[in-house]
Amino acid sequence: MSADIFALLVKSTGQTLYMVAVAGLIGSLFGIPLGVFLATSGRGELFPAPSVNKILGLIVNAARSTPFIILVVAIIPFTRMIAGTSIGTTAAIVPLTIATIPFIARLVESAIREVDPGLTEAARAMGASPVQIVFKVLLAEARPGITSALTLTIVSLIGYSAMVGAVGGGGLGDLGIRYGYQRFMPDVMAIVVVVLIVLVQLVQSAGDRLARQFDKRIRPR
Amino acid sequence: MNMMVVTRKTEEAAGTVAGDGLTEAVNPMVAFEDVSKRFAAGRTSAEVTALDGVGLTVPRGSVTGIIGRSGAGKSTLIRLVNGLEKPSSGRVVVDGVNIAELDEKKLRDVRRSIGMIFQHFNLLSSRTAFDNIALPLEIAGIDRQTIEKRVTPLLDLVGLSDKRNRYPSELSGGQKQRIGIARALATEPKLLLSDEATSALDPETTRSILALLKTINKELGLTVLLITHEMEVIKTIADHVAVIDGGCIVEQGPTFDVFTGHTHATTRSLLGGLAGLHLPEFLTRQMVEKPEPGLRTILRIIFKGENATEPMLARLGSDLGIEVNIMAGAVDEIAGRPFGMLVVSLLADQEKIIQARSFLADHGLSSEVVGYVR
Repeated sequence: MSADIFALLVKSTGQTLYMVAVAGLIGSLFGIPLGVFLATSGRGELFPAPSVNKILGLIVNAARSTPFIILVVAIIPFTRMIAGTSIGTTAAIVPLTIATIPFIARLVESAIREVDPGLTEAARAMGASPVQIVFKVLLAEARPGITSALTLTIVSLIGYSAMVGAVGGGGLGDLGIRYGYQRFMPDVMAIVVVVLIVLVQLVQSAGDRLARQFDKRIRPR
Repeated sequence: MNMMVVTRKTEEAAGTVAGDGLTEAVNPMVAFEDVSKRFAAGRTSAEVTALDGVGLTVPRGSVTGIIGRSGAGKSTLIRLVNGLEKPSSGRVVVDGVNIAELDEKKLRDVRRSIGMIFQHFNLLSSRTAFDNIALPLEIAGIDRQTIEKRVTPLLDLVGLSDKRNRYPSELSGGQKQRIGIARALATEPKLLLSDEATSALDPETTRSILALLKTINKELGLTVLLITHEMEVIKTIADHVAVIDGGCIVEQGPTFDVFTGHTHATTRSLLGGLAGLHLPEFLTRQMVEKPEPGLRTILRIIFKGENATEPMLARLGSDLGIEVNIMAGAVDEIAGRPFGMLVVSLLADQEKIIQARSFLADHGLSSEVVGYVR
């Protein structure tokens, strides 16, 4: 492997990490509250707003069923508005973030729905406000689940980021396609795949360890 | 109308608990006034009536138990007290305040003066024992130092100082409920609600939890309102009881009176486990309802408190010349007072039976003819 290719590999890995980190961060910033809201705004729940809940649910479903590559192209005008350009790594973060928000929201929603309703009832009986219940009970108890959700999100983001080469986003996936596939360099392809596997492994095991640490439901041995 | 009878009964009892009987009865800790609760059933317009015209008083300083089968409306009833449910009609007055009228903000303040414990403990798995007890204090916005000062003695009170930093998953069921109790006491409430608190525990642990509740009731002067389907719980700690069936209170009053009077069918069936209420099978098999000459009369004699039966039975023989056979019997304790039942068969004509029963009544023993056998 030539020094050039190695430099490309380092640069692409950096781009992937950059895209995943920023999209993951901003995605969580919007996705977690959205997930909390989806889980608590049904009829008779903490913040009852059934019609808003239904509409948001529909939007989330629509966003999640749109193939990512179509989403990337479809929101180009929006991307240009936010990032100033529709091409490049920074621009690629916009569709990645947009795809991440509903993804995280659904995962967080289900993590929160798994919290025993008895705990919410106990907190209400103590005189807790709905906001206190969210922070002191729901988020605290769902922390292992939310950690797993974020781990899964990052792993999926690493996969999605391979597609943003289509808009000049760069990254490892793009390197694999352009050099490994289009220029017939199977060794580059192999290295890209190996780096991706290592990345995913690292993220997954770190996430699992964190989730285990947060989870006090199981008796520690 | 039902209410008035109840108030009079509770008056006497409250008097023995806390001195000034009159004010206690006039100003109970909790009063349900003609409370009904209906739930919408699914998507249809039909409604399910969970509670129907409930009138109930919980005397200050008492341990009041509500017993009923599952689905009788107990859970709904107890949740009306701290406003987790709103009544469809009627008033729920807690310490002089009508809970149903409060807005959410005021209701939250009131809830801080009402502790609650649950069947499945409802402890946060992510918090240690200490932090679980601290939760209601955090919610009330109390600073960390004060929390420390309040939680430590509570851990002592429930006997779990050594489990301070343990997570609920590391505690046994009984220990979890003790933490639940400590948590309920953290805000120094005046009323403790217990929602089937011992139903998930084994008999021995149940006894220790009930003993703890009784101690709290006595030493902190806390009024306890509990719901249960277990007769044992009522018998052990409740000085007042209400029997609920199909969303209605069918009987209520001092526990001893209600249980030994056992007039209502629901009370009777719930009392199933109580000593001597069920006749032995060999008797019921051959029993007939109508008296005939030559048949023996089966009599159930109920003795309450310290009445002794034995000399009375002997005198039935010596004074009235009636042959008495003991068929079954048992002694139990309700609200700390002995209560017993004896099933005897008498060989005598109906006139003698009437004489025998009035003789027993003269000596404070109530009796009841349950049937006749050969």
